Amino acid sequence: MGVTPFNPTWLLSILPELLLLALAVVVLGVDLALPAERKRTLGLWTAGGLVVILLVTLLVPMPQGPAFGGAVRIDGVAGVFRVIFLLGGILVALMSMDFRPLRQDGPYYGLLLFSLLGMSLMAVAENLVMLYVAMELTGISAYVLVGYMRETPQSAEAGLKYFLFGAFSSAVMLYGFSWLYAFAGGTGYSQLAQALRYIPFPLAVLAFLMVLVGFGFKVAMVPMHFWAPDVYQGAPTPITAFLSVGSKAAGFAVLLRALRFLFPALETTWVVLLVAISMVTMTLGNTFAVWQKNIKRLLAYSSIAQAGYVLIGVAAASQMGVASAAFYLIVYTVMNVAAFAVVVLVSNLTGSEDIESLSGLARRSSFLGWSMMLALFSLGGVPPFGGFVGKLLIFAGAIQSGLIALTVVGVINVIIGLYYYLNVVKVVFERRSEQEHEPLEVPTPSKWVLGITMAAIVLLGILAYPVYQWVWQASAGWF
Amino acid sequence: MAFPFLSVIIFAPAVAAVLILLLPKDRQTEPKVLAATGAFISLFMAVWVFLAYDRTLGGYQFVEQVPWLPVIGSSYYVGVNGIGVMLVLLNALLLFCAVLISWHIEERPREFFALLLLMGVGVFGAFTLLDLFLLVLFYELVLFPIYLLIVNWGWKPLREYGAMKLTLYLLLGSLVALVGILAIYFTSGLRTFDMVALGGVKFSPEFQRTWFLPIFVGFGVLASLWPFYSWSPDGYAAAPTAVSMLHAGVLKNVGAFTAFRVAVLLLPEGAKFWMPYLVFLMVMNVVYASFIALVHTDFKYIIGFASVAHLGVVLMGFAAMNELGWSGAVTMMFAHGIIAAMSFAIVGMVYDRTHIREIKELGGMIRRLSPAALGFAIAGFASMGMPGFLGFVAEVQVFLGLWKAASLAPWYPIVAIISALGIIGTAAYMLRAFQYVFMGELKPKFADIPPIGPLDKVALALMSLPLIVGGVYPLLVLPVVQSGVQSVLAVLGGA
Repeated sequence: MGVTPFNPTWLLSILPELLLLALAVVVLGVDLALPAERKRTLGLWTAGGLVVILLVTLLVPMPQGPAFGGAVRIDGVAGVFRVIFLLGGILVALMSMDFRPLRQDGPYYGLLLFSLLGMSLMAVAENLVMLYVAMELTGISAYVLVGYMRETPQSAEAGLKYFLFGAFSSAVMLYGFSWLYAFAGGTGYSQLAQALRYIPFPLAVLAFLMVLVGFGFKVAMVPMHFWAPDVYQGAPTPITAFLSVGSKAAGFAVLLRALRFLFPALETTWVVLLVAISMVTMTLGNTFAVWQKNIKRLLAYSSIAQAGYVLIGVAAASQMGVASAAFYLIVYTVMNVAAFAVVVLVSNLTGSEDIESLSGLARRSSFLGWSMMLALFSLGGVPPFGGFVGKLLIFAGAIQSGLIALTVVGVINVIIGLYYYLNVVKVVFERRSEQEHEPLEVPTPSKWVLGITMAAIVLLGILAYPVYQWVWQASAGWF
Repeated sequence: MAFPFLSVIIFAPAVAAVLILLLPKDRQTEPKVLAATGAFISLFMAVWVFLAYDRTLGGYQFVEQVPWLPVIGSSYYVGVNGIGVMLVLLNALLLFCAVLISWHIEERPREFFALLLLMGVGVFGAFTLLDLFLLVLFYELVLFPIYLLIVNWGWKPLREYGAMKLTLYLLLGSLVALVGILAIYFTSGLRTFDMVALGGVKFSPEFQRTWFLPIFVGFGVLASLWPFYSWSPDGYAAAPTAVSMLHAGVLKNVGAFTAFRVAVLLLPEGAKFWMPYLVFLMVMNVVYASFIALVHTDFKYIIGFASVAHLGVVLMGFAAMNELGWSGAVTMMFAHGIIAAMSFAIVGMVYDRTHIREIKELGGMIRRLSPAALGFAIAGFASMGMPGFLGFVAEVQVFLGLWKAASLAPWYPIVAIISALGIIGTAAYMLRAFQYVFMGELKPKFADIPPIGPLDKVALALMSLPLIVGGVYPLLVLPVVQSGVQSVLAVLGGA
């Protein structure tokens, strides 16, 4: 097997990742130049840079196909996930500016960008070594970010917990990688996929399960979900949002690609397995969310459940399944970020993250109240919002693949989900509170975050066409 | 391009709702005026469509089609046949009346009227859309306004429970139906959600029998099909007046009409197989709900159960699977919609003035609230099928239709007799309620309750009009209904 000579167009094909790296360096440099009281503007630098990268990703045609001798593959689906990460990154950077307990400094935004870089590489990696490096880059940056509020014991504890769980799952996954390497004598997906056809079934499945532990950790699917509620609750709220959308989406990017191109030989097995995992993940996430009193914990369990919905699309193993899962992740990114952005502002003011602290929110600030309600309605799957169309498309994909039982479980879960989302809506809209006449000022960055997410939640519902069309065409190359 | 009548009807309230939400806080009058304007535009257009609909031509008219999600074959495709014309008119009328009735709302009027209008938008969409995907979207669009309206403006002791129960029941029903719709979509092989195109597909009898039940019962939940009706009395008792009016008046019809359009018209073989058995559930609707209405002493619950009973008659008409039954069912939807809305409006008027719903503690209201008494008498007579009112025209057709359906199952005539007897029950509980609330001695503490205001009078008059005119001169209504029914009769295969 010869080594492919370096080709300069390879650099162009990973342009967004190179720009992310450059932006991280710029932000760290600006940090040195800025006086302490103006460090908050680093959030603007980060968000602004990410907007530019997003525009470049969308507008500059990049060479498709494998690059760097098969370490990465640029294709439509990778393009969709890049956009999801960048969008999530922009929103989280803006949101971080308004989170008072957080130290605004260069390393924070730099780590955010490194983590994004890792995610972006996860979406394109087509080689186990590349994949592992990308996952560790994402993970290690995230461990630090979760524990970034060192003075707060909860944040430090969450950081440690996240690190221990992450290291464990990563080790198991790496052991699985070593088996795969032993099967094929290589690390490229296509080579491994070939080899897996001839490996005895029990060995292949065992290796697959070990790898799935690592992927499942990122996605927070049952039984690799234990870390999520504690870490989500303890982490700085913007980072919770970041983990719940970015990290999860990156996990799905890896999972989708690996199932399609690394484990096609095991398809009948993994479909059954994922159907089961999806059912358990949704049901567990939703039932536990019902009992939560803390809004971040509630959203943590809700995001486990939401991952279960996306898994329905993954289990469908069809173009419609992949397209719907990706579409759902886009919708999920905006609606989940919106919910956390409101939590940030309320907790700034009240110092509490209890659901009760949202009482009277709609009377205090119409804008915040409606933002929270729209986000929750959309998460619950109420039309005409994006979450509804997303769920409908996911169910459609499942029925097309004949997964009727899974769809039925999904439907029941939507009902349970709506129950606890509506309970929060009730607190926001109807409950009175003593401070309800004190107006709540919304800072400009949060205005942007909520404005963008609200527009997206509504537009993805009533004018889903352009986005779904884009995702559909992007996934066409896989089938 | 022709003037987009239906789109204007659907979206005029939506535009008004958005404008209302953009108003500054604490405005009291502007939201009401805007809401009335939006609803009036829809009403005006709906009357226009009713008059302009070509009865001899039949079929879907005022059609508009714009691609919406072409990848999966879904488009914004609206059009109405005779049935749709009636229902759109009904919703426009009741939405306008509901705005008038709610003029006294002072608690957060901005949000109240915006949400009320959005509810109307969902209903208009559900009546006019010919695309299954968007039909479901609009069908469920009503959920979130209703939840918020009940939970914030509803009757305190019951509102949280009632709102949650209602919302979850309805969502469950529609999602179950949705699974069936997706099965239709994929089995047809057409890759389209276009209901007209799907109507031309011949599904295998096994497929039809499997999927008819989930779709019909799923949508039937919203039509309060027994035993899935219990959200309805609780929800209505908890809801503010305008919501009870719209919910009982039009939303239940959305359930019945959608069940009919999707389950019966797309899967007629399934309907022929299951309807003879489902009809027993509908008998339970009539008998059981009438019985409860007879013994209940809460004014609002009585009307709530009455509405459950009436929907039983509507669904029975559809279950007759013949022209007479269907035509009766459609007339009944229209008549019941107005009757229920009027009754709830009057319950609201009495409650707002007395803060009592227990009928035995009221009495003599006719002395202070004579327009309400007159309105309740009209609604009551129409409801018990008194000749000269629209309810009579509807019920006669349904029972004759059931009588004639004996070829489908031998027990249909018996069903017709039992439910006709149920109508006697209606007479009994309506008269009982009327007697307790309006007749007898006026209690001294109610001696100076305020009289019915002019806007309320206008609303009551607007709602009485079709009941009386349609009853005295059925030819105003029936040709439209029949042209609608005839255009869908083909699914019965010449039966």
